[in-house]
Amino acid sequence: MSSNKVIHALYDDDDTLLSAVKTIRSEKHHIEEVYTPFPVHGLDKALGLEDTRIAIMAFIYGCIGLTVAVVMMNFIMIQDWPQNIGGKPSFSYLENMPAFVPVMFEMTVFFAAHLMVITFYMRSKLWPFKKAENPNPLTTDDKFLVEIELHDNEKELTSLLKKSGAIDVSIIEKQE
Amino acid sequence: MYTFPNKLRNLAIAFMVIGFLGLTYGFLSAPATLEESKAIVAASHSDGHGTSHEEASHDPQETNAVEVQAGHHEDAAASHSTSTEEGHDVDHDEHVFHQLSNKPWAALYVAAFFFFMIALGVLAFYAIQRAAQAGWSPVLYRVMEGITAYLLPGGIVVIVILVLSTLHLNHLFIWMDPEVVAHDKLIAGKTGFLNAPFFLTRAVIFLSGWVLYRYFSRKFSLAQDSATDLSNHKKNFRISAAFLVFYIVTESIMSWDWIMSIDPHWFSTLFGWYVFASMFVSGITTIAMVTIYLKSKGYLEFVNDSHIHDLGKFMFGISVFWTYLWFSQFMLIWYSNIPEEVTYFITRIEDYNLPFFGMLVMNFIFPLLILMNSDYKRVNYFIVMAGIVILLGHYMDVFNMIMPSAVGDQWFIGAPEIGGFFFFLGLFIFIVFKELTKAPLLAKGDPYMGESERFHY
Repeated sequence: MSSNKVIHALYDDDDTLLSAVKTIRSEKHHIEEVYTPFPVHGLDKALGLEDTRIAIMAFIYGCIGLTVAVVMMNFIMIQDWPQNIGGKPSFSYLENMPAFVPVMFEMTVFFAAHLMVITFYMRSKLWPFKKAENPNPLTTDDKFLVEIELHDNEKELTSLLKKSGAIDVSIIEKQE
Repeated sequence: MYTFPNKLRNLAIAFMVIGFLGLTYGFLSAPATLEESKAIVAASHSDGHGTSHEEASHDPQETNAVEVQAGHHEDAAASHSTSTEEGHDVDHDEHVFHQLSNKPWAALYVAAFFFFMIALGVLAFYAIQRAAQAGWSPVLYRVMEGITAYLLPGGIVVIVILVLSTLHLNHLFIWMDPEVVAHDKLIAGKTGFLNAPFFLTRAVIFLSGWVLYRYFSRKFSLAQDSATDLSNHKKNFRISAAFLVFYIVTESIMSWDWIMSIDPHWFSTLFGWYVFASMFVSGITTIAMVTIYLKSKGYLEFVNDSHIHDLGKFMFGISVFWTYLWFSQFMLIWYSNIPEEVTYFITRIEDYNLPFFGMLVMNFIFPLLILMNSDYKRVNYFIVMAGIVILLGHYMDVFNMIMPSAVGDQWFIGAPEIGGFFFFLGLFIFIVFKELTKAPLLAKGDPYMGESERFHY
């Protein structure tokens, strides 16, 4: 029953958008996607999106960074080329550990931050020179767009969207 | 309005009684003469089966007696360097005697300062909320004002202990002893700052400044409840901003005076910040715990998960901040390894190994792992658990700041330490909850109250 027709409703205020999303969902319509010029607080909850799991990945990436720092400093400063710095000969990692804490910290942050950004891009299917997906350039300015798939219920949806405060409602035929 | 439940009042009084008994026992069992001190040391040696702490702290004592002398009283060691071995033994006995007679005083001082520091930390947090015109926290203002009520009594107790020190009733501050100063060039050079009259004047000025701010801020806050305009709120904003400037300068000097000067040869430039971080995180933790307690009793119905979540974030963040400062201080001194600086950490690592590193686990690793998860910060049970560990950890922090210089390797967490903790805990609970009954728990006149009540994350 899937159709290639979608309906686009344009809003000009984030609060109107939030309440509209709530009414649309309470009427049991499935919202395909919402395009906004900036992150709208509470929209993810209103859309019923699952919680992001990026925090868990951040923790894992941080642990990887910490491990890399420990192994790296152990190889550089203890195994490969022990040096005597400030009367503290580098023969034991543990005894010299305080000196490596800044490296451990920086590597943890470095790995967590960079790998998180890369993960985010991959999950959002973003890469350099990618063509923008948003259907209406106004959503990069100050308008909000709600996209709903149509199942021969154009009239009903159009009136619902108009009532919810949309400034413009249009029906788009998608090219596959 | 909140009423002070009898159960809690009785608990607070029971804590005070138990604590008082513990302190009394501590003072009575402290040696009054050199002979008694020798007997105590001999007894704990021949026993050999005391607690593990006693063992650990006494075993290396014989061997590094000379080192301890060198570390703590360079003056004494220098002036006696020509004396015979017997001379050294006598000197050592006298040194241990001083440490043992200091012990109950130091225990009293650590506990008194710790609970005073909580109230001061909360006052700083409160002033920051006021000065920043924070929108999330006004629902917690009355809780904070309740906790800061302890500032005056707690501060007076600390100052009384300091006055008794200047009267030579104890030897917590060796720079107060003219005998020591006469033989110590380093301390003699600091007498312009470290002398009893100036020291006490500073203490009184600092405490009056803090208490005055607290008095007026509370007054304006209560007046705002029934006011028709915002003049009280604006006045509160202004005095809070002014207080913060006063506070950060005086808090820093206070930390040199009341804590760092116990070890008058040693200094650290970020000590003020370090003590600040400790009092700030203890204060925020106390706010969270009092809030959760009141909420569990059916009060503070306007405080929601998000407020607790924010307090949890602060507990997490400031715990990491504390560790950052602790480590910054430690690593620079450890790496440069300059004798007059590094003695501070050598005594702590050698004689205070367990409390020194244990506190790091309690104040950093435990809160880091427990409070990292966003969801856990909304679970009261986690906040309380983390809070208890953080508070005990910061008690250990103050313990580690004061004890090594005051009692050396003669430390032990016994009757006076536990008694002191419970006495001031009881006093703290009593005063804080008494103050909470004096005003409605919702500062309803605050212009940000609506925002705070609707606050959600």
